Amino acid sequence: MAGLSFDLIALQLFTGLALGAIYVLFAIGLSLIFGMLTVVNFAHGAFYMVGAYAGLFLVSMGGNFWICLVAVPLLIGTFGMIVERFLVRPLYGRGIDYPLLLTFGLSYIMIELIRIAFGTSGYPFDTPELLQGAVDIGVGYFPLYRLFVIGATAVVLIGLWLFLERTNFGLIIRAGARDPQIVRVLGVDVSRVWLIVFGIGTAIAGFAGLLAAPLQGVIPEMGATILAEAFVVTVVGGMGSIGGAVLAGLLVGVVVSMTSLFAPEMAKVSIFALMAIVLLVRPQGFFGRAGLMS
Amino acid sequence: MTEDNKLTSKRMSRRRVLASAGVGALVAASPFRINLAMAQEPTIKVGFPVPLTGPYGTEAQDQVRAAEVAIAEFNESGGLNGRKAELLVRDDKLNPGEAATRTLELVEKEKVNLIVGSLSAAVQLAVNNVTKQRGIIFNSISQSDTINEASDFSKFTFHEALNPHMTAGAVGRYAFPKFGKKVAFLTADYAYGHEMVRGFQEAGKAFGIETVTDVRHPIGTTDFSALLPRIQALKPDILCISNFGRDQQIALKQATDFGMKKSMKIVAPILLYTGRVAAGAQAFDGVVGGTSYYWGIEDKVASAKAFNDRFRKMHGGKVPSDYGALGYGGVKTLLMGARAAGSLDAEKVIAAVEALKYDYYKGPQYYRKCDHQSVQSVFIIESKATPQKGDADVFNVISTDEPNEANLRTCEALGHKS
Repeated sequence: MAGLSFDLIALQLFTGLALGAIYVLFAIGLSLIFGMLTVVNFAHGAFYMVGAYAGLFLVSMGGNFWICLVAVPLLIGTFGMIVERFLVRPLYGRGIDYPLLLTFGLSYIMIELIRIAFGTSGYPFDTPELLQGAVDIGVGYFPLYRLFVIGATAVVLIGLWLFLERTNFGLIIRAGARDPQIVRVLGVDVSRVWLIVFGIGTAIAGFAGLLAAPLQGVIPEMGATILAEAFVVTVVGGMGSIGGAVLAGLLVGVVVSMTSLFAPEMAKVSIFALMAIVLLVRPQGFFGRAGLMS
Repeated sequence: MTEDNKLTSKRMSRRRVLASAGVGALVAASPFRINLAMAQEPTIKVGFPVPLTGPYGTEAQDQVRAAEVAIAEFNESGGLNGRKAELLVRDDKLNPGEAATRTLELVEKEKVNLIVGSLSAAVQLAVNNVTKQRGIIFNSISQSDTINEASDFSKFTFHEALNPHMTAGAVGRYAFPKFGKKVAFLTADYAYGHEMVRGFQEAGKAFGIETVTDVRHPIGTTDFSALLPRIQALKPDILCISNFGRDQQIALKQATDFGMKKSMKIVAPILLYTGRVAAGAQAFDGVVGGTSYYWGIEDKVASAKAFNDRFRKMHGGKVPSDYGALGYGGVKTLLMGARAAGSLDAEKVIAAVEALKYDYYKGPQYYRKCDHQSVQSVFIIESKATPQKGDADVFNVISTDEPNEANLRTCEALGHKS
């Protein structure tokens, strides 16, 4: 193959990591909600999309990208908590398919409302001025904004890890995921824990949508494609495992990127081929607990 | 004299008047007769299957708006001996099966007289399959090379849109001598993309271009980053990006982010007006491409001015997009053909449309006899860095490929007997 060099492969690897960063960000929210609440959130893509639109709206109102980085997760997290409180909560204890169908329907409603409010055609979302252009990373030029996405993902991951592992509230969340009944007996209001977990999960989805907006613009359907791919990520990583979601997200990004280099036609299929191979060897995914779905 | 005879004789006289003097005076002079005719004859039904939902929805909705302009003009100028036309819009969802079903419904249930529409190479072939079996005239308003070929063509088939051979050819003839011979392709992996690449390569033979790579991507790709470093490493002079709709917007945006415009010229067979408006100036800046229509030609082309003004009046000051304008052209040509024929009889309308030498919105056009391809100009446009005359002012027309049958594939090459 002509033009194939070490630099190109290294650059391609890096591209894959950047691609994976968005998958990771999207999938950890999905995994968090599933792992703690056993809710398969089919509206996760819609929260992601609404996050992008919220950013678009704030920018058009005179805000800037940096304000959005804080405001959008807060807005979408609040919205997520409202959804949990009034729609998801009544369905706890009814089997896994009830909240699944609810969130599935909710995603349609959210997409349709956005279409009504903002129209069916997309909007451009300019890359913030500070992050425009490409920088030399040693093996070639790479868009500065994509570097920023990798960095922002790392910050969110570290923050989430510290929160879950190093705070008392994180301890309660982890305990609540393992045995809600005992936690309740100990006098903890579990429903409040679940409310906050759902809020955090959707806040991260909104944040991911905002980060994706300058990469590909904003359309009502933007959550649908990534939702399918993110489910692959969570399945490969192990349903409900945050560490698994991180590893699998990056792996999927790199696999897509490397397949693109040698056989671009195969890039989309490669994600599912990866899933099939992983599931053949480890049916519960990398770090999944067996029997969580049953 | 029976009522029928009266109508026939009036039709004859009307035809002569039309040919010589135009329509306005006649309409004004005989309002009563039109009312009489309306009461007796059903409207002319024009079926219009387009993908209202899905990735090309924006274009499709604009096609409907423009088709409404053609219908309104036809009706105001007297219709077909007073018979008014109406538009029956259906959503084909960008799916060949759906389109065939909707078309069949239009033919069987609605008894449409004419079909205009479709916005994808594959969908138009599906519609064409139905209409040619049923003997209904179909005017396709999206790009395809295949529809010209003898295997798909029938006498009922017209193609008002450009085809990839003409479009990519025009852009290639402009770009290759100016920007260089090493060409990379980034192509949507379906008929549209493949035909565009072939068009570029055939036009490129005369300039001795060298294809360094042809990277194919599936429709609906949202991230091109994995495809770009390799193209960059091959150091082409020109990157031809042959995709459509959102794929085009995202590809151009990400190619810009990767700094590719610094080392190569990006060209596209078609630069979409709606795409440019949706993606913003930054992504399209400096990109050269082709189009069948850009509203800005109104400074030089009188028919474009008239069409734009009418469109603005009917649709809240908006200007028509490129594909939108095709909706106008597609409906208008068939209706004017019917008027010239003085009948809706398919054979007569076909003969009349074949004989049209028309300038309805973009300068002179006519349908080539063998494949009913509309011979027309291709505009070479470049995206403006900053609009000067409002948000719609997005392109500069930098060259015009005049209508010329030599730029089409020959009738023999398409398998037609000459």
